[in-house]
Amino acid sequence: MTTVYIGSGAGFAGDRIDAGVAVVETLRRRDGPRYLIYEVMGERTLAMAQRIRMDNPDLGYSPYLERYLPGVLAACAENGVRIVANLGNANPVAGAKRVHEIARAVGLDGVRVAVVHGDNLLEFMSADDIADIPTIEGVSIAGKQLVAANAYLGARPVAEALSLDVDVVLVGRTTDAALVLGPLIHELGWGADDWERLAAGTLAGHLLECGGQVTGGYFCDPGFKDVPGMDNLGFPIAEVEATGDFIITKAEETGGLVTKATVTEQILYEVHDPGAYLTPDVTLDVTEVTLEDAGENRIAVKGARGMPPPDTLKATISADGGWLGESEMTYAGPNALARAQLAADIVRTRCKRNGVAEPLRVDIIGSGAVFDNDASDRRHGTNRPMDGEFRLRAAVRTLDKDTAQYVNDEVLSLFCSGPAGGGGYRCAITGQVNTASILVPRGPVEAHTRAEEIAP
Amino acid sequence: MTATVTVPLHAVAHGRAGDKGNRSNISVVAYVAEAFPHLQEQITEAKVLDLFRHKGATAVTRYDLPNLQALNFVIEDALEGGVNSTLSLDLHGKTLSFLLLGELEVTMPRSCIPDDSPYL
Repeated sequence: MTTVYIGSGAGFAGDRIDAGVAVVETLRRRDGPRYLIYEVMGERTLAMAQRIRMDNPDLGYSPYLERYLPGVLAACAENGVRIVANLGNANPVAGAKRVHEIARAVGLDGVRVAVVHGDNLLEFMSADDIADIPTIEGVSIAGKQLVAANAYLGARPVAEALSLDVDVVLVGRTTDAALVLGPLIHELGWGADDWERLAAGTLAGHLLECGGQVTGGYFCDPGFKDVPGMDNLGFPIAEVEATGDFIITKAEETGGLVTKATVTEQILYEVHDPGAYLTPDVTLDVTEVTLEDAGENRIAVKGARGMPPPDTLKATISADGGWLGESEMTYAGPNALARAQLAADIVRTRCKRNGVAEPLRVDIIGSGAVFDNDASDRRHGTNRPMDGEFRLRAAVRTLDKDTAQYVNDEVLSLFCSGPAGGGGYRCAITGQVNTASILVPRGPVEAHTRAEEIAP
Repeated sequence: MTATVTVPLHAVAHGRAGDKGNRSNISVVAYVAEAFPHLQEQITEAKVLDLFRHKGATAVTRYDLPNLQALNFVIEDALEGGVNSTLSLDLHGKTLSFLLLGELEVTMPRSCIPDDSPYL
């Protein structure tokens, strides 16, 4: 019976560069079809990559392609581990060409690369038509210049790309789970209406898509949920049977752990109705899923149920979102909270007096800032010790960069004109992208979806 | 007879927060199976809504997963506009699972707390 082994090398753009190396080291000791996935896309990364592509048509793929692939490409090629990654971002074709260059640089000949086309709605829909579609999630960006509009493709085109017999598949916007379900469809021949197995493969993908989040990363709570060896966290590997039953385990000789608890947290991560997790391939129901211990760091996952997918695809559309200005100053020692609160009052008063009309937030980090709201209602409603270490933080979102700079400068001016003992000023002004989700009909998107091998 | 204790939710459950737009989902997973029915009884949608109302939350839906001894809370409008427009330091509300675990209290048999818990 065929077992397909799929490991994760990254769960977001910024994940550890060396995580995939240990995964490949484990995969090379397994018999059967083996894959390494990299999931690096977020809604904002795609819009930022699209901007880069507009400036330079040879760019717009993930900059992490250059960081992740050189360390694993040779070992993957030598051991028949195929790579499936959304490192293509806004420009999979340019990314594929870069993969060829990296392959040559590490001494590999004949590496074959394919891409998936069709997620970029702007290639076949007008910006006006896209803007007319109602927003289902996020802030409506009607009236703004669209930067990017991409539909979430499913696993079928990923499987189609693998059928071209390539070593590497680069995609742009697909569901994250498609990076796992695509190889499973390709290897195990699951049909388009094989809902139970498609559901199981989607769940396997959901569990792998955030990398170390299923192996003890983002889980450890010292004393309560201890995780060994987090400085060498082992990334996950799914071992999937033709039946759809699968085991979640991790790279050998690494830290981290796989338990029912780590798997449960990730099953529900970013899930709303657990009975209806919508994807282009299947509607996944995890309410009857069971987990069983199957050895050290091995959890057997069974019972995913599937139903037909919706007849629309989700798409993310993005527009320019102005600027976020942030600036911080620390107060420490006796009476520090009182000095930080006075600093906050000064900044608020001066910004209001000098015409900052945008919503302004002035937090005091160390007094429960992230649990609070813009008005600091929780802090005002609580008596806290005045001694300690507290960090003032002002934040403002503006369309013009000057206003963001003005608010940052107000915090800076606390050095000589504010309460005693402020130090450690830092500031940033970062360009923002606004995103919203829409639903688009499948037909026009699927008519433009295809896989293509990209020659060196 | 087992003694009953009142402890923060953090003593008997763990969880993780995720975001989609201005909606947060927070899982609450019992460490010990015995705790799960008590969580179902005590961690109500109304209590969770009260906890997030200052951030603008408007509604909470709870989904129960007995097989996984887990609850999944979906909190509407909990993220002060979400990653597009919030001024919070934590754009995605990733820290909010610990607001839930830290602020809500539960009363249940002492045996619902794991044996090696610092709460014991």
